[in-house]
Order: sequence, then C-alpha cells, then structure tokens
Amino acid sequence: MYGFFENMMGPHWGHFTASVLHVLIIMIALLLSLAYLLLADRKIWAAVQMRKGPNVVGPFGLLQSFADFFKFVFKEIVIPAGADRPLFILAPFLTFVLAFISWAVIPAGPGLAVSDINVGILYLFAISSLGVYGIIIGGWASNSKYPFLGALRSAAQMVSYEVSIGFIIITVLLLVGSLNLSDIVEAQAGGIWHWHAFMLTWPNIVLLPVLFPMLVIFFVSALAETNRPPFDLPEAESELVAGYQVEYSSTPYLLFMIGEYLNIVLMSAMTVILFLGGWHSPLPFPPFEWIPPVFWFALKIVLVFFMFAMVKAMVPRYRYDQLMRLGWKVFLPTSLVAVVLVGGYVALTGGPA
Amino acid sequence: MAAETKIQNYNLNFGPQHPAAHGVLRLVLELDGEVVERVDPHIGLLHRGTEKLLEHKTYLQGLGYFDRLDYVAPMNQEHAFCLTIEKLAGVEVPPRALYIRALYDEIGRQLSHLLNVTTQAMDVGALTPPLWGFEEREKLMVFYERASGSRMHAHYYRPGGVHQDLTQSLLDDIYAWCEQFPKVLDEIETLLTENRIFKQRNVDIGVVTQEEAIKWGFSGVMVRGSGLRWDLRRSQPYGVYNDFDFKIPIGKNGDCYDRYLCRMEEMRESVKIMKQAIEKMPDGPVLETSGKVSPPRRGEMKASMEALIHHFKLYTEGFHVPEGEAYCAVEAPKGEFGVYLVADGDNKPHRVKIRAPGFPHLQAMDWMNRGHMLADVSAILGSLDIVFGEIDR
Repeated sequence: MYGFFENMMGPHWGHFTASVLHVLIIMIALLLSLAYLLLADRKIWAAVQMRKGPNVVGPFGLLQSFADFFKFVFKEIVIPAGADRPLFILAPFLTFVLAFISWAVIPAGPGLAVSDINVGILYLFAISSLGVYGIIIGGWASNSKYPFLGALRSAAQMVSYEVSIGFIIITVLLLVGSLNLSDIVEAQAGGIWHWHAFMLTWPNIVLLPVLFPMLVIFFVSALAETNRPPFDLPEAESELVAGYQVEYSSTPYLLFMIGEYLNIVLMSAMTVILFLGGWHSPLPFPPFEWIPPVFWFALKIVLVFFMFAMVKAMVPRYRYDQLMRLGWKVFLPTSLVAVVLVGGYVALTGGPA
Repeated sequence: MAAETKIQNYNLNFGPQHPAAHGVLRLVLELDGEVVERVDPHIGLLHRGTEKLLEHKTYLQGLGYFDRLDYVAPMNQEHAFCLTIEKLAGVEVPPRALYIRALYDEIGRQLSHLLNVTTQAMDVGALTPPLWGFEEREKLMVFYERASGSRMHAHYYRPGGVHQDLTQSLLDDIYAWCEQFPKVLDEIETLLTENRIFKQRNVDIGVVTQEEAIKWGFSGVMVRGSGLRWDLRRSQPYGVYNDFDFKIPIGKNGDCYDRYLCRMEEMRESVKIMKQAIEKMPDGPVLETSGKVSPPRRGEMKASMEALIHHFKLYTEGFHVPEGEAYCAVEAPKGEFGVYLVADGDNKPHRVKIRAPGFPHLQAMDWMNRGHMLADVSAILGSLDIVFGEIDR
C-alpha cells in the first residue's frame, strides 16, 4: 500500500496519504471488532447466567452494539451544574483517544504496525499509564461524591498494578533483547513450544516455571489495569453505583465505554504479543501456515478476551485494601524475583539461542 | 494562616436509590477515607401504616396486608396473624391444613434465603449467583400461584386453615422440585463457598457476638450465625414442626460468612421438611368446618339459603374475635416474626403490633459497620437480610 501511494503521489505526500488510510483502516477494523466483542462479552456473560443475552436487534442480537451506539449518540448530554465543564468533557475524550493511539504500534501481522518504532513497548507502557488521567479527571470534574471516590480508587489501583506489569514486561524484554514489538513476536517464531508462555525447547525449558506464572500474573494485572472484575472497584456497583461514570451520560459515557473496552482488547493484544506468540500459528507447518498471520493474531486476542469475559461472570469483587495487598505484597515481589531469575539465566547462558 | 486545618469527615449518602440499598434504605455514612466512622440508617420511605390500616379492616381483609410486609416470603407472615386469631378465637385447624402450612412456610423460607444468599453474593460483586437462584425462585413462585392464584401476595392462609386444598399433581411437582434443588445449591456453592475472594470479603466481617445478638433483640439467622441455638420451630414449636426430622444449623463466629453458610444449610434442611410434609400429609378438610370463621363450601351455598347468608355475613361483617390479647410468633426466614393482637370483641382488631425481625437487625448497622471499609457496608447489609416491606410496615 505504501509503495503504491508513494509511486502515485511522490514520497512525501504518498507516504502521508498511505499512513492516513492505514490509520483509518485500523480504526474502523477496531471499532467494528469492538462492536462484536462487546456483544460477545454480553453473550458469554448471559450464557454463564443462563440467560439469552441480547437477541432482539438483528439475528441473534448481532446489531445490538449498533443500536446501543445510536441510543447513546442521540441522547442529551447532561452536564451537572456543579461540574467543571471543560474537564468534564475532556476526560472521556482523553480516555478514548489514548485507547486508540496505543494501537499505532501493535503489529497485527508482519509489517502491519502503523509505526514499527524500536521502543514500541515503552510507548505502550507510557500510553497506558496516561490512561488513568481520563478517569481521575472525569471523577474530579464531576464534583460529586461517588465519582470522586471512584477516581481515587482507580488512581491507586492502576498505578499499583502498572508496577508489576512493568516488571513482567522486563522479563520478556530480557529474553528478547529488544523493545520492538515485532522483534518480540519474531523471537517466538517456530511453533507453540517457542512461545514465551510455554517454552519447551532446551535449555529454555528451565524458564517455564518462571514465565508461565508471569503470563498468569500479567493477565490478572491486566484485569486490574482495565478495571475489570474482580478489580472493578472504581465502578463497583454495590458500593459506588458506577464510580467515576456516575454523572456521565450520552456520548461522553459512550466514549468512556469504548475507551475502556478498547483498553481490554489492547491488554489482550499485549498478552498475545508478549506471551502467546503474536501472529504466529501454534504449529509451524501447513495447513496452519496457510492461514494469514492476522487471523491467528485476532483469534488469540479473542481467546484472551473470552477469559476476560468469563472472569467477569464468575468472581466476586476484591475490597480496596485486599486489592492493594495483592498488588504490592504478592505480585510485585513475585515479578521482581522473576526478573532476577530471568536476568540470571540470560547472564549465564547469553540469552536464548 | 490558621495553625491547624480542620479536616472534616466525608459524608456519603448511600441510598435510597442505590443499587445495593436493598429497597429504599437510606444510609448516611461518615467516612474517613474508605473507613466507615458512623452509619445512620434513615427509614420510613416505604411506610404505609399497616398497623393502623389493620384497625379499620375486618380480620380477613387485614390478612392481605401481611403478604406485603416481607414480600419475599409472604405466607410466613400470614401464618403469624392466623395463629394469633386462632389463639384468641379458639379455632381448631384440621391436620391437613397444618401440613400444607408447614410446606408453604418452608417454600417461603427457600424463597427468602435464595434471594438473600444470592444478593449477598451480588453485594460483594459476584453477579452470576442471583440469576441461578432466581430460576429456582421462579419455580417456587409458580407453586405459590398454583396453590393461591397469586405469585407473591397469596392471601392463602386463613384463620382455621388454608383457603383451598392442594391437588396431588401440585404436591408431586413440589416433591420433584425438592429432589433436584440440592443440586442447584451445590452449583451455587461452587461459585461461592470456597471462593477465596468471597471468603476474604465475608469472613470476620460484621461480627456479632452472642451477647450482642441477645442485647439487640436479634433473631433468626442473626443469632444462629453467632452460635445460639434459637429457632422458634424447635424452641416454641407451632403447627406440626414437632413431627418433622430436621436440624437447626448454627454458626460459630457470627460473621457474614457464617450467616451465609447458615442460610445455605437451612435451605437444605427446609428441603427435608418439605419432603416430609408431603409424605406425611393426611387427607381431610383444609379449613375448619364449624363455620365459625370459615365460609361454607361453594357447593353447599348453591343449595342452601342459610349457607349463602352465612357466606354473605362472613365476607361483609366478618367474624368477631372475642375480647383479649395474644402474641404469636413464627420463625420467618428472617427471624422471629410476631403479631401482638388486642381484640375488643368486634369484627376488627383493636390494635395490632407487628414485630418484624428486620427492624432490630437494621438498628445494628451503626456498630456493626464501624471501623469497616465502605465495601463492607454493602456486604454487611446483604448478610442482615433486610426487606423494607417489613421494616417500614
């Protein structure tokens, strides 16, 4: 695509046009898949609860997300009298935009990232850290008690779990020796036994008891990072009604929701890239190799997302202090030890061959 | 600049339109960060003046108000009112009616406990158990409907028995339900009982010691959870509870988790009682036959003028209850539900005082929550088993 436009319009304008198109394609693909992931989330939840779930709009409720979208968009935007208007509107936009721009570096297939920068993982980390601002600003600007408490909780929660996520990422980085996301995926080429979560090749197999738990901790931290049950304290229904979203309605609420779900998909994508071999097929021979890499990438994301949805349906919610204890006293030391172990292994063997 | 800044505690209005407020409870919480310093329950938002209304209705008309107290287990309340009237008027209840009452009392217990246990889970964030439990509640409400014609406000118990006989097919269906219900309980327990998060959220939360339970006038699971053996079905048996073989589960620590376990176990014991009630149910009339408080059968009315007049008198003027006062209590799912009735020989009660078990439990919200965190408020509230119909009356 880039070559075609550069030939047509010259190197500068051609590249620019191609990039814009690339970004648009990814955004539309993301929004469309999000519509169905949202539906899937609700359907899975409903199935666990022995309900039918959305089934009225379109066949099997396939158009439900679009109906919801129009409902939100056509509603009046209510801004509470005591709210700080600019910030109140800014917060959902911030969440929405930040959720999208992190996708710039995600490689859905070989060479498919919009920007294959060499510090991709740092970029992701920076953007997801900024994500907490949307929630804090939203909760603060609402000038209401439940949102304020929700915002405080989410600030503490997201900061705490980012620390352990950071250390888990470092274990992978030590193994790969690169911050580039495509390199991280390439390092896991050659079948499921090369994936970081299930390394079965000698001598890397000694790392299996370290890296598989890292996958689990990463997944749990991702739950906390995205405010999903059992860590949905910022929007805990039975305590804070809807947390920082209490005062939001209509499009701003929709933006919050899209941003939130996009972050969930992003965390699923990060799990896939870091631990589950990215776009590689699980078995490195035909007919699995004939299927395009993008398909494998999407399939793995859906699998991780399915886990997200199942967790939501099954677990109760942690209390604030228990959540903090888990983050600081369990996950942080564990991931620290893992960094030391992986670092020691890399120092001794000179890294995985 | 002031030398000292005064830091005010955070006041939070919890309810009356809060998803975890169990109806229309309004709690004014004083928070220090996330820690609860003071809880001030405000009630009265569902007050309908039941006790006063009862003074202006005949006994039969008044009976319907008891359905609307604890609307989660309506027939248990009707039972208490019927018992009181029967005690004052000296009415004999035929044995089949006693067994039907025991059967439907236990169905009410299942209804209430299913709702409470699963919403307690929802209060700590588990969203699935309520839907699993509600499927069973739905079946039980159908049993209510098949006996009385109404899913909730049954108006089925009458002074002197129950309104209509049960068909054999209904009894068979209830028995079949009893056979499969323990499996559903097992499934709900797989989600909760050994779940680490559920335990962390409930163990040692809202502890009630035995002394406190007695001092604050608790009853039902709120005392049994603390280890006191107190169940009116055993300690002051009414109806035919002496004929049944069942156990009274008691807790040890008096925390939210023990109360949850007690309720789960009570449901299993209730199933036993229901089965025995069906097995032992004798044949015979279901309403006393002397005609003192009960209408003649419909067939009789078609042929006999006196019976028709009798029926008319009973449903217009109503029956008279001799002068006197009496207190009768039943072990409702939430605790001791009592009715204190003062009759002056008229066709309407002179005064009715209702002792709702939820009321003393709600009073304890303040000291039970003190020092706990905000999230525990909803957990404790859930384990108290509050229904606003009976608290506000």
